[in-house]
Amino acid sequence: MDFTLSAEQQMFADTAATLFGDVCTPDHWRRQMAAGTAIDPDRWAAIVDNGFTLLMLPEAAGGLGLGELDFALIAQAAGYVALPEPLVESAGIAVPMLAALSPDHPVLGDPAATVAIAHPLNLVVANADTAAAILLHRDGHAFLAMPDQVSLTPSATIDPFRRLFRVEWNAEQAQDLGEADWDLALDRAAVFAAAQGLGLAQRSVDLAVAYAKDRQQFGKPIGSYQAVKHHLASAQVAIEFARPVVLAAAAAVSQYDVYSRARASHAKIVALEAADQAARASIQVHGAMGYSWEVDVHLFLKRALALTGSWGTPAFHRTRVATRLFTRLTGPDQTFAKEAIHA
Amino acid sequence: MDLSYTPEQQAFRTEVRAWLEAHVPSVPLEHYDATREGFEAHRAWEATLKSGDWGMVTWPQEYGGRGLDLIQWLIFEEEYYRAGAPGRVNQNGIFLLGPTLMEFGTREQKQRFLPPMASGEEIWAQAWSEPQAGSDLAGVRATATREDDVYVLNGHKIWSSRAAFADWAFGLFREPSSERHKGLSLIFFKLDMPGVTVNPIRKINGHVGFAEIFLDNVRVPVFNRLGDEGQGWHICMATAGFERGLMLRSPARYQVAAAALADLWQARKETADATLEAEVVRAYMNAEAYALNIYQTASRLIAGAKIGPEASTNKIFWSEMDIHLHQTALAILGPEAELLPEPGEHEWLDDYIFSLAGPIYAGSNEIQRNIIAERMLGLPR
Repeated sequence: MDFTLSAEQQMFADTAATLFGDVCTPDHWRRQMAAGTAIDPDRWAAIVDNGFTLLMLPEAAGGLGLGELDFALIAQAAGYVALPEPLVESAGIAVPMLAALSPDHPVLGDPAATVAIAHPLNLVVANADTAAAILLHRDGHAFLAMPDQVSLTPSATIDPFRRLFRVEWNAEQAQDLGEADWDLALDRAAVFAAAQGLGLAQRSVDLAVAYAKDRQQFGKPIGSYQAVKHHLASAQVAIEFARPVVLAAAAAVSQYDVYSRARASHAKIVALEAADQAARASIQVHGAMGYSWEVDVHLFLKRALALTGSWGTPAFHRTRVATRLFTRLTGPDQTFAKEAIHA
Repeated sequence: MDLSYTPEQQAFRTEVRAWLEAHVPSVPLEHYDATREGFEAHRAWEATLKSGDWGMVTWPQEYGGRGLDLIQWLIFEEEYYRAGAPGRVNQNGIFLLGPTLMEFGTREQKQRFLPPMASGEEIWAQAWSEPQAGSDLAGVRATATREDDVYVLNGHKIWSSRAAFADWAFGLFREPSSERHKGLSLIFFKLDMPGVTVNPIRKINGHVGFAEIFLDNVRVPVFNRLGDEGQGWHICMATAGFERGLMLRSPARYQVAAAALADLWQARKETADATLEAEVVRAYMNAEAYALNIYQTASRLIAGAKIGPEASTNKIFWSEMDIHLHQTALAILGPEAELLPEPGEHEWLDDYIFSLAGPIYAGSNEIQRNIIAERMLGLPR
């Protein structure tokens, strides 16, 4: 039993945080919003150079062959900067699914290429237009199509950096890759959405802390008032009790049973609740400034809102937790329970 | 990260479970705060625990423990709560003062005080708060006047849990005319010494387990001071870290309660408000999150880290989840919620009333939020 990150994992997380901090600053956000572009080419090149798009790709397919816990740390860092690019959807969810179905597919040979995924739980597909390929669902099978083989209708979203599309397609125009593991894709997506939620939440708190130290009212920094402190302390408590759930859920995805699914769902529920709580606390602490476009907190509120409803709603995930709670043994000796392994 | 138990850890769990199954009283003991008889029955249980060498498993053997690590301690606690074993009447000693003694005590002090603490022969109360020093603990006025090798203690302590029946107390006293955080020392005194008067205070659940203590020229040897003279504030904050952070409220307590709540829901869901299922799931998730957080903290401490201000987040989380869990139980019970349980029934009502103390004791949650804001987030005082 050891609930600590390895030195390599910590280093990967630090590398990602440093890189994202350099290439995804508030100035970058504003320029990208003004330009209306989906991908910042320099930033994406830096992400690719650091190997983040290869992280979950098996070594046999030319990837790093790392696991969900490693990628969750990258996703957390991506949340902290409200990363516009579809790194998580592509490298964390779609690429490993494609690699499992078609390990030699040429799309996997280009680390800069992105793969979009149309999961049956989602209404829309993120970044379908710029993807090299789109994974589509029908009757449990995965089909692969190029963006120009399908009909894409943009769906406007409140998140300035998400680019969403409704996809219409027919099976003749797509390649049937066979039965696919949509549940595994969902577990990964839930855990990575949760990890992003941790990053979103911490950034909201950090923005508010910086503002509350600086902003003076009644002759003192507003951060010296307990009413302000307590909003942010409560948000931090929510983060502290979501983080270990997210890490444990990420470490357990490959367990692939009712316990690991419940933990992924638990993680998604509480991490995105923390993100929402922190963003709203941050807006409140910023006062009228918090309601302005100029202050960046709205980006974190909106991303939290988007991720809360994507990849299964809170009600969907609560049902999965309830299934574990009401159909398996519970109690203090069951915290790390697993299904017995079947031959 | 490896979230599975080693074969040795599994064997340890089996050993603990077997011993508890053979020794935990089949009829619950009367509460230790209810009567002297209940208190003494719990002391006798501590002696039984010690006979199996389970007094305080994390302590070194020479001080009455087994020298086990924090993961083994968590496993022990899980089995302890799972077995429904009696509450630890000496929790102020074994979970708060004990770890502090281990860090700040001299070898002689450890040898003198830890073994009888681990065996329940000496049961401890905490004597920090005063009528004018609650959340503002640095406002304590009780004094310790040095006369050669003796301190003469004077003052008025209050809200001391277990003090109505305990043997010893550890108190915070100041050098006369010192101010605030300076001049404080942590000093032990026996509750039956000449000059000590203990007046029990009845709690909202009707029990008498906490008390106010008057000290009138109570003479104790300098040996009873923990740490250096004037170092009391620093030592108290370390004790508070243990209190809030790790040991006082082990996760198993809430996981057992959450499992009982799930059973209650399953038994009552046909007639109860259907929306309460979400709250039952929430209570379960809270207990799991707390357990995972503590496993993470235990792993960090084993790897050499120290408990810091994040201990305050724990205290807020467990106290608030405890209230939520019991409110949910009472909501499921509906019109039965106000009825006192028959003997042998789950004591949801009493546990609910007890949960209301959580946000107050061990430093109110308002103070904890100040600590988080100032020491974790860096907001100005």
